[in-house]
Amino acid sequence: MHDANASRAAEKYVPLTGAAVLVNAVGLHARPSVKLTQCAKRFAAKIELALAADGPWTDAKSPVKVMRVKAPHGATLYFRVTGPDGEAALAAMLELVNDGFGEV
Amino acid sequence: MVLARSDAVAEIRLTGRAASSGLAIGPVIVLTSGGARRTTVGDPSQEAAALEAAIEAATAEIVGLMETVQGEVADILEFQVALLEDDALAEAAYNAIAGGVAADQAWRSALDAEIAGYRAAEDEYFRARAADLVDIRDRVLAQLSGEDTIAKISGGSIVAGEDITPSAFLAADWTRGGAIALAAGSPSSHVAMLARARGAPMVVGLGPLSWNGRPPALALVDGDAGMVIFDPEPETRRLFESRMAAENAARAAADAGRLGPACTADGRRIAILLNIAAPEDLVGLDPAICDGIGLVRTEFLFEATQGLPDEDTQYAVYRRIIDWAKGRPVTIRTLDAGGDKPIPGLTVDGESNPFLGLRGIRLSLARSDVFRLQLRALLRAAAHGALKVMLPMIAVPSELDRAGVMLDAEFAALSAEGVACARPPLGIMVEVPAAALRAEDFGAAFYSIGSNDLTQYTMAAARDVGAVADLNDTGDPAVLSLIARTVEAGRRRGVEVSLCGDAAADTRLTSALLATGLTTLSVAPVAVARLKAAIAMVNS
Repeated sequence: MHDANASRAAEKYVPLTGAAVLVNAVGLHARPSVKLTQCAKRFAAKIELALAADGPWTDAKSPVKVMRVKAPHGATLYFRVTGPDGEAALAAMLELVNDGFGEV
Repeated sequence: MVLARSDAVAEIRLTGRAASSGLAIGPVIVLTSGGARRTTVGDPSQEAAALEAAIEAATAEIVGLMETVQGEVADILEFQVALLEDDALAEAAYNAIAGGVAADQAWRSALDAEIAGYRAAEDEYFRARAADLVDIRDRVLAQLSGEDTIAKISGGSIVAGEDITPSAFLAADWTRGGAIALAAGSPSSHVAMLARARGAPMVVGLGPLSWNGRPPALALVDGDAGMVIFDPEPETRRLFESRMAAENAARAAADAGRLGPACTADGRRIAILLNIAAPEDLVGLDPAICDGIGLVRTEFLFEATQGLPDEDTQYAVYRRIIDWAKGRPVTIRTLDAGGDKPIPGLTVDGESNPFLGLRGIRLSLARSDVFRLQLRALLRAAAHGALKVMLPMIAVPSELDRAGVMLDAEFAALSAEGVACARPPLGIMVEVPAAALRAEDFGAAFYSIGSNDLTQYTMAAARDVGAVADLNDTGDPAVLSLIARTVEAGRRRGVEVSLCGDAAADTRLTSALLATGLTTLSVAPVAVARLKAAIAMVNS
């Protein structure tokens, strides 16, 4: 449901991409996943993540789907962001990962 | 058996087996089994609405719980809420419902698939999250079937049902009285052990609980005689209450004597240690009632946080127990998971016979990542008191040796890091007959006889099968002979031998146990006064 606006927005914007390494001790587990999805939901843009530069892409606003990725410590997390506030969203996501979700 | 003395009220008397002593009276809460089926199933739109309402109610329940906790547990609950609020979690369930599947079945299959994904994870932290999904699944299922959830067991209630899980028992408040009356179960089950530790009367093996139509309002539980009376007649209740008053007075008198040392009639000093499951068991207890702690069951630490506890969390808990003991020895048992104590993400599901499978030290050696963390926490705690570390389910000397090598390695690593630590003495539980038969061959710093498992393995009679419970007897000459053999091995090697199973608190066995040469018994705090009184009667 929360993606309805984002997908419409996505049609008009060029996707932005970026990547960051998971430096926190245990990867994208429970607490980081919750933080990441909470952060993503603050933006209108469609935000997706993946373990490879070419996907498969996962909705970064869904904790259930983010947890299914099971991204381990040391993995590179790729982001694909599409929408009006895409630049701010991508910057926020990369900062969160680079900061180790405030756990390091 | 139904005794109908009047047409108006018919009390129901059921006889079972005593599992935890004491008398209790209180309102009845009937536990429905986890697999309870919903009676009415509607069309797809009604089913979808039912699932949505159940998810919302389960979420509200967890949010309510979050207000009572903090730290790591609160984080875990927040994670559960985030999953429940995510439409993606129930997506598959709603799809199945649209195809005509009932809400509870649809939800269960969807979550089971999700859980299987976590259990298959390579990474420890993701595997451990399976427990959260199980919790979420069951919470929503409970809402769907309208069954009483655990949080609703109020203090002072008589909990009646087919069986009760250890975590359900631990979630209820037993400080204000209450008791357990079960259709199935056994006095040797894990929950029965917990009930004895908390002083909650418990009767098991009552057979089918049929209420003649409506559930009972009140029950009397006699944990000494193994009897439960539902909806007692006024005269029955009056007699029971006067017995309770007399028993409470006798208990108070015995409690007064529990501060003194335990001595037999002919003056032999017996050391009394405590068995505990968590630091909370020690709240309000004076350490002077005991000579130390003989068994800390660490499994509960691993269940309570719904995942594997980290080193600091474990260290903090061990420290609290050591600090309470004020210099008295504290024996902590390393994780004894497996058997009837499964831990999601750690123990192996679906073993054909879990009691003969990967449990205790076997599991710890197989999962050295988890074991190492516990050893490090123990090494750090050992710097603060007289800590002893005990290994469960040891069968052959090489298991003790391998654990000893790991303990030494972690001690060296911590020392090199400049972390305060000490190398505690490493002893073994003697609960596998193979270990009792050749106890002398183990380089153990002490032996602690786990009489529950030693009995079930020697007699080949399961602890939790009511039909063979008579065979599960620690007083059997075969079991007593293995105990005597272990005591003798300890005497020859000059190391301490204690007994920490349920038999230690069974005052009918006190004389027989002391006759084997045992001088140290470890029991639940609630049994200390009774045991000291029983020891005082023994002439050795």
